[in-house]
Amino acid sequence: MSDFSPAASRTRRNWLEKLEIDLRLLGMIGAFALVCLCFSVVTDGRFLSARNIFNLTIQTVSVAIMATGMVFVIVCRHIDLSVGAILALASAVMGVMQARWLPNALGLGLGHPLIAPVTMISGLVTGTAIGALNGWLVGYQRIPAFIVTLGGLLIWRYVGWYLTAGQTIAPLNQTFLLFGGAEGTLGVGASWVAGGLAAAAALWVIWSGRRRKQAHDFPVRPVWAETVVMTLAVTLIMGFVAILNSYELPQAKLRRIFEARGEIMPEGYTQGYGLPISVLILILVAVAMTVIAGRTRFGRYIFATGGNPDAAELSGINTRLLTVKIFALMGFLCGLSAIIAQARLQSHPNDIGTLDELRVIAAAVIGGTALSGGIGTIHGAILGALIMQSLQSGMAMVGADAPLQNIVVGVVLVLAVWIDIQYRKRLGMR
Amino acid sequence: MTPLVEMRDISVSFGGIKAVDHVSVDLYPGEVVGLLGHNGAGKSTLIKCLSGAYRPDAGEIHIDGKKAEIHNTRDARAYNIETIYQTLALADNLDAASNLFLGRELVTPTGLLDEARMEAETRRIMARLNPNFRKFSEPVMALSGGQRQSVAIARAVYFNARILIMDEPTAALGPQETQMVAELIDELKRQGLGIFLIEHDIHAVMKLCDRAVVMKNGQRVGTVRVDEVTDDDILGMIIMGRKPETAV
Ligand SMILES: Nc1ncnc2c1ncn2[C@@H]1O[C@H](COP(=O)(O)OP(=O)(O)O)[C@@H](O)[C@H]1O
Ligand SMILES: [Mg+2]
Repeated sequence: MSDFSPAASRTRRNWLEKLEIDLRLLGMIGAFALVCLCFSVVTDGRFLSARNIFNLTIQTVSVAIMATGMVFVIVCRHIDLSVGAILALASAVMGVMQARWLPNALGLGLGHPLIAPVTMISGLVTGTAIGALNGWLVGYQRIPAFIVTLGGLLIWRYVGWYLTAGQTIAPLNQTFLLFGGAEGTLGVGASWVAGGLAAAAALWVIWSGRRRKQAHDFPVRPVWAETVVMTLAVTLIMGFVAILNSYELPQAKLRRIFEARGEIMPEGYTQGYGLPISVLILILVAVAMTVIAGRTRFGRYIFATGGNPDAAELSGINTRLLTVKIFALMGFLCGLSAIIAQARLQSHPNDIGTLDELRVIAAAVIGGTALSGGIGTIHGAILGALIMQSLQSGMAMVGADAPLQNIVVGVVLVLAVWIDIQYRKRLGMR
Repeated sequence: MTPLVEMRDISVSFGGIKAVDHVSVDLYPGEVVGLLGHNGAGKSTLIKCLSGAYRPDAGEIHIDGKKAEIHNTRDARAYNIETIYQTLALADNLDAASNLFLGRELVTPTGLLDEARMEAETRRIMARLNPNFRKFSEPVMALSGGQRQSVAIARAVYFNARILIMDEPTAALGPQETQMVAELIDELKRQGLGIFLIEHDIHAVMKLCDRAVVMKNGQRVGTVRVDEVTDDDILGMIIMGRKPETAV
């Protein structure tokens, strides 16, 4: 495979190969760790405090969810510049739905339990429908995705603008607000349970994958490597939960909660936030999208079409319908992100999701999605989103102003793609 | 005996170009029919009508004596027509098993892809076609030309084809691999498949084929039985675009 590497790096690659951890992923994790460490040193550890990690995760969710959909779009050699605008329209629909139409026009009253679910469904339907329209224009009408979604970037946000008459909509439904992040967390106990379940699921996936390979006499990882991977997975999951659990609600806020219930807060009482519902949603999306990408026909056809559209067509894959499905899924995820973004802001401002299309594309690309198609991973895109958010909030923390933040993120984007190209060249791909 | 395939009066044009101009060919079970002609003669376009990649502007296709409706590659596959395309039609970013089963994936009862079974099946067929093949978990872009070709051949052979179309199957192969393809063609022929073989090497055609169809500028120059003509007769047909007097 390679004659450029000296013997030393070859043996290093050997044990990495045994672990079967993708080198590229390892590089990204390394880069991410470096970013975190640097900011941590500069900020006297504030960057890696439980509070900041909690906030960072919450801030990343909306872009990360959309980035997983963007992976499919880009892998299939398309692009979606309209995700921020779709998010804004979905948010506008949900805003008027919960603040005006449902309570007033339908007379449900402000606190009705149906308001939150109906509102969310309306946002998801809006996103999915516009996504499907994009896909139809691209797949069946053969208009380049760049053009269709560039048009969408200009159209959808301003359709939303007319819907709300340009006004910011607030306050929002209380149940709805639970999806924003800090307002809706599982609490310490439930977070441990969720973490435990996730760890068990991870172990089961690794173990059953091994069993399946053994059943067909395929080579499997040596037992030590399997143990390392399993330990790593469990440590990561439980460590993440531990950090989120250790971030405690401010005392003033706790006191208010007790007062609202007509009780008095006991002396020395503390309560951790735990896993935010929005982060839980991101994790579920990540798992679902990973399964779709790797274990379903739909995902297989996306990658095949991205690798060679003619071959896909000749294999009987309906690439036009596939395009509709991909964009509809992208739209659905925009709707989902709209729920989380709006709940986090606790209002619908008209500029919600502005420039998100660029963040989402950058996250996917930093995460290793190749614009030439056929290559990309879900976990890479999420890590990409996390890296960008870390850069941004880290720089904000050390007092860098917004222009500098943009410059750095831009440089990182180009650098990441350049490194990717070098890496693939060395592997003899493309 | 009814022919396995009859393509009658097929025409295909691209814009102003008549890529295939009123061509008729037929194919019997257990027969290998060679398609010859210069580059651009229309060979690939003709067989793509049979494999469902193109829809002819005019003409009919009959399978087992009955008119066949082939609108896309799925329809063709339903008639047990398998094709090795000149371009191989492989998704370079996917591994051998994914390519072999592309469009016809094996799934578990839950509807998820059964990767392990697909790889096992791929290993089984590759052991027969290309025993030296090892790169099962690498994307096919990392394979040599010959290895890629063997993946494409495996895909055509795996699904119990009755009609096999091979568009320059040995173009990327070395002498030894070419010999293996020749043996495979003989074996498939003995099993009763009908094979359309597009091939430039005139000696291979003389050795492997029962009949040869020569095309030039989208038209059929003629069809000959290879044991009734010489290499030079066929070369003459390809170059001059005329049937030799000696042929039937
Ligand atoms: N998809 C296409 N679009 C336009 N022209 C084509 C297309 N495919 C083939 N042609 C043209 O049709 C003619 C026949 O091509 P082809 O069937 O590939 O020939 P052969 O396989 O005999 O070399 C050529 O002139 C070629 O340029
Ligand atoms: Mg050709």
